[in-house]
Amino acid sequence: MENWLHVGPATTAAFLASLVEAVEALTIVLAVATVRGWRPAGLGAIGGLIVLALIVAGLGPLLDLIPLHLLQLAIGVLLLLFGMRWLRKAALRAAGIIPLHDEAAAFATETAELREQASRQAARLDWLAGLASFKAVLLEGLEVVFIVIAVSAGRGLLVAASAGALAACLLVAGIGFAVHRPLARVPENTLKFAVGVMLSAFGVFWTGEGLGVPWPGADLAIVAFAALFLMAGLGALTLARRASVEVVS
Amino acid sequence: MNMLTAVARELIGLFVDDGSLALAILAVVMLAAVAVALLPDVPLLAGAILLFGCLGVLLANLATAVRRR
Repeated sequence: MENWLHVGPATTAAFLASLVEAVEALTIVLAVATVRGWRPAGLGAIGGLIVLALIVAGLGPLLDLIPLHLLQLAIGVLLLLFGMRWLRKAALRAAGIIPLHDEAAAFATETAELREQASRQAARLDWLAGLASFKAVLLEGLEVVFIVIAVSAGRGLLVAASAGALAACLLVAGIGFAVHRPLARVPENTLKFAVGVMLSAFGVFWTGEGLGVPWPGADLAIVAFAALFLMAGLGALTLARRASVEVVS
Repeated sequence: MNMLTAVARELIGLFVDDGSLALAILAVVMLAAVAVALLPDVPLLAGAILLFGCLGVLLANLATAVRRR
């Protein structure tokens, strides 16, 4: 139980965040595969994964050279920026203030762009299509890498967080290749809201640790922070929904 | 070059979307750092500033976004 309280929040945050990122990357890879076939889509995706692996292998050891408090502070601030941005956006989307992210629409836009490029420069299209797949995997993958490092750094949880992220990526890839459609029914905004809550909680915890704040309850403080961010997010969401309904009526 | 610019833009976009939210978060962190420097005997004060400052920033930013609509 105590072990799960230590490992659980990092693994869950990495799993849920990676689920969102993998769904977004899969949409682009599927769009490329639909327009130009699996060869450029697959090669682009594999290329993206190789560059990601090189970045992790190159930068990973450098993290050990940074003093722990400085690393905690830097990662904490980045997590606050990243997590609160997701939480804000998810709350505004759920309240209807800004439109929801739509995987089906993203898929349609990407395929339309690739088809338009095909009509202009057919000879280079496989290369361009592969590049789109490469960029999607690289950029979404960088977010996954950042989240995994951020929620686990300095706490010996890298393996657990990586396992959570890998499980999410394999799950999405497996389902995506089985159904051959963008996973538009994944409750992406709810996931983003939950991840935003968790990353914001981690951000406060790490930033405080970096500043030398001795949090009461140590790691357990993260759960309390997450509960507070959840309450604040849900409260703001309810008020925003009410205001949104008033504007419409 | 275009690809590198796009990647750099996407990377910055991961952390900064609404500039006022990012600036407010950084201001809260700096305030907490000042509290630690001025009152090292009460480090929990910095923790409280950090936690409740971030919650306040989030609520204020969402309220402003709703009002602007």
